[in-house]
Amino acid sequence: MRILVNGDPHDLAASTVERALEELGFAGAVVATAVNGEFVAAASRASTVLTEGDRLEVLAPMQGG
Amino acid sequence: MPSFYGVEIASALMMGTAGFPSPHALAQAVKASGAQIVTVSLRRESGTERAGQAFWSLVRDLGVRVLPNTAGCHTVQEAVTTARMARDVFETNWVKLEVIGDDDTLQPDVFGLVEAARRLCADAFEVFPYTTEDLVVADRLVEAGCRVLMPWGAPIGSARGLNNVFGLRALRARFPDVPLVIDAGIGVPSHAAQAMELGFDAVLVNTAIAQADDPALMASAFAKAVEAGLAARAAGPIEPRDFAVPSTPVPGQALLA
Repeated sequence: MRILVNGDPHDLAASTVERALEELGFAGAVVATAVNGEFVAAASRASTVLTEGDRLEVLAPMQGG
Repeated sequence: MPSFYGVEIASALMMGTAGFPSPHALAQAVKASGAQIVTVSLRRESGTERAGQAFWSLVRDLGVRVLPNTAGCHTVQEAVTTARMARDVFETNWVKLEVIGDDDTLQPDVFGLVEAARRLCADAFEVFPYTTEDLVVADRLVEAGCRVLMPWGAPIGSARGLNNVFGLRALRARFPDVPLVIDAGIGVPSHAAQAMELGFDAVLVNTAIAQADDPALMASAFAKAVEAGLAARAAGPIEPRDFAVPSTPVPGQALLA
């Protein structure tokens, strides 16, 4: 299944946000997620299903003013 | 010392974390500043580089509170979603709410700001809105539930100081009980001292420290300036006058002419 992760296309076997994060190398990372512009809380990742063409955003703490 | 949403803070100097020459320079500057609150942001993370993880580890080790921002957001929806994502990661209800309306001045879109503040306050966020010195906008933000306001001194990163002292004094006078933080445009420690002399509760400084030749030394200079301004305010400054007033007593002066 092809989804956009932070704007870049990825072919993933995972069907949930939680599995996708593991497949993408984010296991154990402190990140926030959104799918198609909608916030997905950490607690909801296991039950949030991804479908072809979805846009997944994975954000992490960064320097800010 | 300032109190934000019921939390007493030991320093009136708040620091941004962006644009430092190295993570080490950032850590040294935060320590030298005595700041108890630093602002942070959220950006796209790479599963291979995981740069954000290293940054977050560094900030956690500093032992300060974080104030996540919604920098770069131009719409209410973006800002609200970013705030929710920030709460998930940083585990705080605090958010420095930015809704940018103009790319050249980074002036807040105050209409979007009020709407986003309303939605976030209704969702149990404790909002620190980055706003202008406009009194009516400030009224609307307080109505929306904001218990802190962060008016700009000048455009972000401009180092121009307090552009509209009259407007900022009016804001202070209108909202005596709302903590007010000068958020942007501070260029040198004297600007920070001036803000404190005017009665502001705190200043947030980033670029002026991060891009100084010696960030830690500049951070320490800002700490002293904020302390001096705070003491001056407590001491009761005299008012400016239009004409000279002799400081040396006139009675008893010899007639020598």
